[in-house]
Amino acid sequence: MSTSEVLPLGRPIKGPSALGSDPRRLLHLSVTLAVLEFKLRFFGSVLGYLWQLMRPLLLFGVLYAVFTQFVKLGAGIDFYPAILLTGIVLFTFFSDATSGSVTAVLDRENLVRKIEFPRLVVPLAVILIAYFNLILNLLAVLVFVLLTGVDVRVEWLALPLLLLPLGMFAAGLAMLLSALYVRFRDVQPIWEVFLQVAFYGSPILYVLDQLPSEQLQHLVIWFNPLATILVQSRHSLIDENAPNSWDAAGGFEYLLIPGAIVVGLFVLGFWVFNREAPRIAEEL
Amino acid sequence: MAAPTAEPAAAVVRGVSKSFRLPSERIHTLKERVLHPLRRTDFQRFDALRDVSFEVRRGEFFGIVGRNGSGKSTLLKCLAGIYQLDEGEIYIDGRVSTFIELGVGFNPDLAARDNVIINGVMLGLTPREAAERYDQVMEFAELRDFEDLKLKNYSSGMQVRLAFSVMVQVDADVLLIDEVLAVGDVAFQQKCFDVFNRLRDEGRTILFVTHDMAAVRRFCHRALLIERGEVIALGQPDQVAARYIDVSFDAATPEDAVAGERSGDRTAELIEAWWCDESGERVDTLRQGRTCSFHARVRFNEDIEQPAIAVVFENEQHQPLLATSTEWVEQSTGSFRAGDEADFSVHLDMHFAPGRIYASPWIAARGTRILDRRPQMTTALVTGTHVSGGLVDLPHDVRFGARGEVHQGAAWA
Repeated sequence: MSTSEVLPLGRPIKGPSALGSDPRRLLHLSVTLAVLEFKLRFFGSVLGYLWQLMRPLLLFGVLYAVFTQFVKLGAGIDFYPAILLTGIVLFTFFSDATSGSVTAVLDRENLVRKIEFPRLVVPLAVILIAYFNLILNLLAVLVFVLLTGVDVRVEWLALPLLLLPLGMFAAGLAMLLSALYVRFRDVQPIWEVFLQVAFYGSPILYVLDQLPSEQLQHLVIWFNPLATILVQSRHSLIDENAPNSWDAAGGFEYLLIPGAIVVGLFVLGFWVFNREAPRIAEEL
Repeated sequence: MAAPTAEPAAAVVRGVSKSFRLPSERIHTLKERVLHPLRRTDFQRFDALRDVSFEVRRGEFFGIVGRNGSGKSTLLKCLAGIYQLDEGEIYIDGRVSTFIELGVGFNPDLAARDNVIINGVMLGLTPREAAERYDQVMEFAELRDFEDLKLKNYSSGMQVRLAFSVMVQVDADVLLIDEVLAVGDVAFQQKCFDVFNRLRDEGRTILFVTHDMAAVRRFCHRALLIERGEVIALGQPDQVAARYIDVSFDAATPEDAVAGERSGDRTAELIEAWWCDESGERVDTLRQGRTCSFHARVRFNEDIEQPAIAVVFENEQHQPLLATSTEWVEQSTGSFRAGDEADFSVHLDMHFAPGRIYASPWIAARGTRILDRRPQMTTALVTGTHVSGGLVDLPHDVRFGARGEVHQGAAWA
């Protein structure tokens, strides 16, 4: 059939895809779903948002008690509580965004099977919800950080620059995991284990300089983009005397490694999701 | 009613095929994949749609009918863009809204407004458009008094009303509707019909998947009948509906056949029936030309003298091919006591034409009293190696030649 016949026929129906034909629809749907989901959590129970906030705060409370009272890990580190809480909140974002995405397609099964929409909406909505949460949590962190005597500095404006690569890292993994889970259901337990490793493999409970050798410090910061972001956030937000990420990495050029990991995973994640998107409704 | 034939096409479907891979043994986890790296997953291909083509004119109310599993919902999902096509093309002119289910995206913990917005956005509105239409939606659904309630506190009828109102307010040019009419009370159904009439009069194009032949006759300009993934009728609703009835009874599957209407007072019961090949093995497939046998087992619940047992073999069109009875062969059947069992069998050379055959046995007391009759109690497939016409395929040979020298042609195998 020649393409010249196509013109008077209207729009070809090609089946579902990751992005869809209209980027505004992708955006509208993702935002609408995320806002309503967030609203549900916010107003879902009597204390609503408080519970959302309690989770990182409780974890912080326990860890803070353990690592300052029993194991003196935080001793001698300036602003240890602020570093710990910031780390927990940023990691909570990463953990929420990725582990929420794993089952996201299945959670939205009734939408995926019954209506055509850009399939990328599904993991994107999870990321957005995690972002909303992060912003609220960061407000609490701000109050806490000020109370513990950290100075307000211009560098705080760099925060969005930190949240961007963090979000990109989470989004790449989210797309990858949500697409893989449709085929392989044990992606979920595997990812839970992975998150645990990531938690202890990132400078949240400790700071990077506490690692025994400089070589190890380099390895962590090169191959764990979370560590890079956490080190930089400690420097920019809390303690300007702490090393920034490029010094910790041993030179600015070494930051290309975590940068490449983030971009690479994002591209891989999108590629896999885009490839799976047309048939996700059938594979469920 | 006259179909708007002069209008341009609103939907064009050309040569659409869609098959699903049904894994016979599905690998669900990475662990299994790692443990059995060499095991290939076997897939069965299921052709849900085969080379389906049709056009729907703008302003047409178009019915898509078919039995369960015929592929009509798959077709709708292909039109809606939920499934990717294997082959063929679909074009739709204008804004499409799909209603495979009413209230897609509804969340029971949210109030009406949020649900209207999320449903509207799912159906293709922008959030702003959805918010603007909220009042009209609530007006149409007559749910003004309940707008602050969470959806979970709505009755199911109210939820349907809300969902249906959103659907009406979405203002799509082409509506794809999958049997949503089956819900709601009578008054609401009437309202749905009224709305459908109004939409039709406004020149919207509606593609409507249904089982309900009455609705097809009442609303549709034209209809399409789909069976095993293929279009077998396309045209006037009356004709298509008639064809649908034919198909529903013709293509009775073995399961349907076994479940035929049983009659009789059951003082004796036909408890089992089966086919055997020449070696006495139970089979479902009978080779044409070979000896085979039909068997039925009877249990007597009361004492009886000289019962009569009979069987009719029929083809798929319910044409009788052979009937036989113990009475007709004047065989004495003897006397039986309650609790006895007996075997009945018919031995024959299989000369029925290839195709599916059904056996309908019955048992009667001498005279006419039916004790147990089981239409289409069992079925078998007759397979042949050559083409033939007619109901049976009797041994014969074919001769042809110039006058005086008659050749023997291909003999019947």
